[in-house]
Amino acid sequence: MTSTELLGRHLAAIERQEPRIRAFLRVTEDLARTQAAEADRRIAAGENGSPLLGLPVAIKDVLCVEGVETTAGSQILRGYRPPSDATAIGRLREAGAVFIGMTNCDEFAMGSSTENSSYFPTHNPHDVTRVPGGSSGGSAAAVAAGEAVYALGTDTGGSIRQPAALCGVVGMKPTYGRVSRYGLIAFASSLDQIGPFTRSVRDAAIVLQAISGLDRRDATSADRPVDMLSEVELGVEGMRLGVPREYFQVEGMEPGVKAAVERAILTLERSGAELVEVSLPHTDYGLAAYYIVAPAECSSNLARFDGVKYGARDEDAETLLDTYLRTRRNNFGTEVRRRIMLGTYALSAGYYDAYYKKAQQIRTLIARDFEKAFEYCDAIVSATSPTVAFPIGAKVDNPLAMYLNDVLTLGGNLAGVPGISVPCGTSDGLPVGLQVLAPQWADATALRVARAYEVARDG
Amino acid sequence: MLARLGLEPGEEDFYVEQLSGILAHIDRLREVDTTAISPTAQVVPLAHRTRSDEPRPGLTQEQALANAPEARDGFFVVRAIQEGEP
Repeated sequence: MTSTELLGRHLAAIERQEPRIRAFLRVTEDLARTQAAEADRRIAAGENGSPLLGLPVAIKDVLCVEGVETTAGSQILRGYRPPSDATAIGRLREAGAVFIGMTNCDEFAMGSSTENSSYFPTHNPHDVTRVPGGSSGGSAAAVAAGEAVYALGTDTGGSIRQPAALCGVVGMKPTYGRVSRYGLIAFASSLDQIGPFTRSVRDAAIVLQAISGLDRRDATSADRPVDMLSEVELGVEGMRLGVPREYFQVEGMEPGVKAAVERAILTLERSGAELVEVSLPHTDYGLAAYYIVAPAECSSNLARFDGVKYGARDEDAETLLDTYLRTRRNNFGTEVRRRIMLGTYALSAGYYDAYYKKAQQIRTLIARDFEKAFEYCDAIVSATSPTVAFPIGAKVDNPLAMYLNDVLTLGGNLAGVPGISVPCGTSDGLPVGLQVLAPQWADATALRVARAYEVARDG
Repeated sequence: MLARLGLEPGEEDFYVEQLSGILAHIDRLREVDTTAISPTAQVVPLAHRTRSDEPRPGLTQEQALANAPEARDGFFVVRAIQEGEP
């Protein structure tokens, strides 16, 4: 099949599915057709290049694509056309990827259901009355609905892994520093990472291989060898997998989710892994620490949206201060405003030690919990999300209930470790995800365990 | 005011109620003894990375202004900085 034919099939799927799913904010058909034709020329010329050559990819609306409107799901960036590609996007462009469209997400990636998009909610392909998870809900839904071969998302507290779990696809957050954040519209810079959504673990390894590596435009990108593929088929025979008891006792854990994940862990044991109980004793404080650190960083990052340099501006303002106030009042949504207020408060004089410094100290303890646990095991296995996909509207009025969706994933961001979610059956007919966390830089180990589960599951 | 969000009086009550609930949850951090625990701002050990101070190509003035709501003569246009200015 040619790239152009493959694109045609996916555009047809988009036309068929989008009225009920709404995964895309923008379908970039013209750009995709040009790139597919170019890929076909490269293939015809005998190029034996990247495995991604000619494959359609959906891109979360927080990753800058040169010349293509990129809004972070926010009204404040409507009309913004980036002058250059994000590094991850540029690497895919060079590999010959076909950019099929920009996917819906919670505004500035703040949310766990994609309902905070300032455009419209996205619907879960497994049940359109339910959310796809978030914040990268559009990317997860696009892959689940067959509208793209793979997608890119971003994960600050679980925003790749949780929607992957809720939509029944594979999603991975690499080690902090693996993938350059240049050109990613920042939410919380010490936590944000870019990663793939795919239908198989092997595909996730291929995409991660393509986008990882040192980039001088992101000083936190790591100068380390990138080898995501050579271990992926090795299996779990002889590996030790840690089961953190606290992760099975979190508030709101659904019995059906717990049962599906326990079955998956026993499947890994039958495949030759040794299970060991480990402890992450500060789990109960992770959510609280995260909801100081992330809003603090976001309140600083989002100060740049002032109606002067790009995006929307309120034209009725009479003074510069009025421009700031009116532009931000009229173009930021409720959740973004809530987090800016929380972050500004936590950083303000008089509260800094009680909140921000305290949360950073808890972050140290959480990172140490992971270091200690990994002394006893090669990887940690748990549920990705305590629940299956919930009905649209069920949690929008209760921010704390919404935040609890991320309780099993945000520890991985606070500690900077890699994590992958792989589908592991259903509960009440809805997908459940198995999360595999590995030590920093052992992304290949997380992929290996997830792949071993996939093989045993499908075996 | 510090966050420049332009809150309306009616909105304040809405956010006060929600943020109080979130802060009540966050207050559980006080249960943890963090004496002598150093804070973590950045979780992956990295040294400061330097590069030679050489000019590199960046955005052109035209590119930098292309997304501005209003630009003139190579500048961003803003409203008066002081009230009462024309």
